[in-house]
Amino acid sequence: MSSYSLRGLNWFNALSAGAKPVEGLPASLKVADGVSGEQPVRFIAVVADPDNRFVRARNGEVGLLEGWGLAKAVDDVIAADADKSLKRALIAIVDVPSQAYGRREEALGIHQALAGAADSYARARLAGHAVIGLLVGKAMSGAFLAHGYQANRLIALRDPGVMVHAMGKASAARVTLRSVEELEALAASVPPMAYDIDSYASLGLLWETLSVERIEQPTAADLARVTECLNLAIDDVAASGRDLSSRLGATNRAASNQVRQLLRAQW
Amino acid sequence: MTDSAALLNKHSFVELGARQRAKALLDAGTYRELLDPFQRVMSPWLSRQGVVPQADDGVVIAKGSVDGLPVVIAAIEGAFQGGSLGEVGGAKIAGALELAAEDNRNGIPTRAVLLLETGGVRLQEANLGLAAIADIHAAIVDLRQYQPVIGVVAGSVGCFGGMSIAAGLCSYLLVTQEARLGLNGPQVIEQEAGLEEYDSRDRPFIWSLTGGEQRFASGLVDRFVADDVAQIQQQVSELLKQGLPEQPRSQQADLFLQRLARLDTEPQIDAVTVRDLYQGERS
Repeated sequence: MSSYSLRGLNWFNALSAGAKPVEGLPASLKVADGVSGEQPVRFIAVVADPDNRFVRARNGEVGLLEGWGLAKAVDDVIAADADKSLKRALIAIVDVPSQAYGRREEALGIHQALAGAADSYARARLAGHAVIGLLVGKAMSGAFLAHGYQANRLIALRDPGVMVHAMGKASAARVTLRSVEELEALAASVPPMAYDIDSYASLGLLWETLSVERIEQPTAADLARVTECLNLAIDDVAASGRDLSSRLGATNRAASNQVRQLLRAQW
Repeated sequence: MTDSAALLNKHSFVELGARQRAKALLDAGTYRELLDPFQRVMSPWLSRQGVVPQADDGVVIAKGSVDGLPVVIAAIEGAFQGGSLGEVGGAKIAGALELAAEDNRNGIPTRAVLLLETGGVRLQEANLGLAAIADIHAAIVDLRQYQPVIGVVAGSVGCFGGMSIAAGLCSYLLVTQEARLGLNGPQVIEQEAGLEEYDSRDRPFIWSLTGGEQRFASGLVDRFVADDVAQIQQQVSELLKQGLPEQPRSQQADLFLQRLARLDTEPQIDAVTVRDLYQGERS
């Protein structure tokens, strides 16, 4: 049993079987061009690289190389497809435990590397690429902002190991001056504080949630189900636009709508 | 001018609250606040956790002009909950930037200035703060196609977390000596990586790596300005006049990957190494 998650890698391998690997990127990035159903797509995953030159980014964290590498992997697609009417969809397979925490990372501007990734995904979306985030494991904080959160559709697998959050429980408890038990009690009654995927789904940010048989190593049926869902998501994007407005509308995110309406009225 | 006369003429920007900062940057008499505190659009999540909400949720949105051209300013109040962004404050910034982009599509050249004093996501509203910050990133990238988005990190909170990524997306960044800019707050790094990796109580060490002067010397920000209202106002005005940068910093992946490839990652890093690595490239 490894100390890091293999879900992202396993799902990448399953989805990209037969696809053409893209070279010239950091070893912690798995990127391949293939098809999903009839759709041309680029699959992108951040995976653990135990030999990463940056020691604080060896367990699948999004660090300097990963941020800039993601930017490059996405930029290349935007440039190559600039004159094409059918633009490749980008499938971000998300299993990222956190951003990298370290002295080298801060000193060298990891914030700028992650901005590079977010920038490219956002521009891909604006250029007409469908960007789909497929959550198969953790989607934490800055790592998720860099890899997945700019997607115009988010799909999550139903599993206790699939979670979205701004900070791990222990650190969040310390920063907010609570015990982990108090934090968990609050999370049970305050949906945005919760770590589970059902609470997250109640915020309206997910386009779809899916159950699978074997999340660690997908079966053929799992693969078929997820592929079908990815294709529906790509079609849905084609039908309804390039922005993130489909995430607004849930009761648990009503204030986000209300603020926008008031701003517009007073603008 | 004698030192004391200079001191008397200097007006600190850092000491101003978010509202005063926004006013100070806009042409006199043009300041108009949207969703002001009297409208009491507050966080729906804080009071049930025993935290007193604030009537503006710690974010001021103001419209006005700079040099006669339309500008929207989003100013974060560092004094409220460490400048953290929750659902309402985050939506105020994202919504304002979205409307500014829409203005441009309708032929109105609205530009944006972000006054960033923030620790990032407000953990009491965790996932809604994170989602709002993703919206802010999206809106900056959208607006930046048409007009410059200027980020100002004056201090004293600094700019961290997901909002440091927002800073990294800005067309131009302006900092003072009081500013810090980094992804992870020092305490969190110390908790995650240990004291030897990052001593959060060693202030000179923290500033030497993430302070405004170092960020400027490393080319990770565009302007380094004294903590003075008039100077900051002038620099923001100049940056707005500059129009769009040839290539935003967040679109230089190849350059940064080349630089990182040259770095010996074995020894622990220091400020001079970063300056040499990132500045050697500058002509």
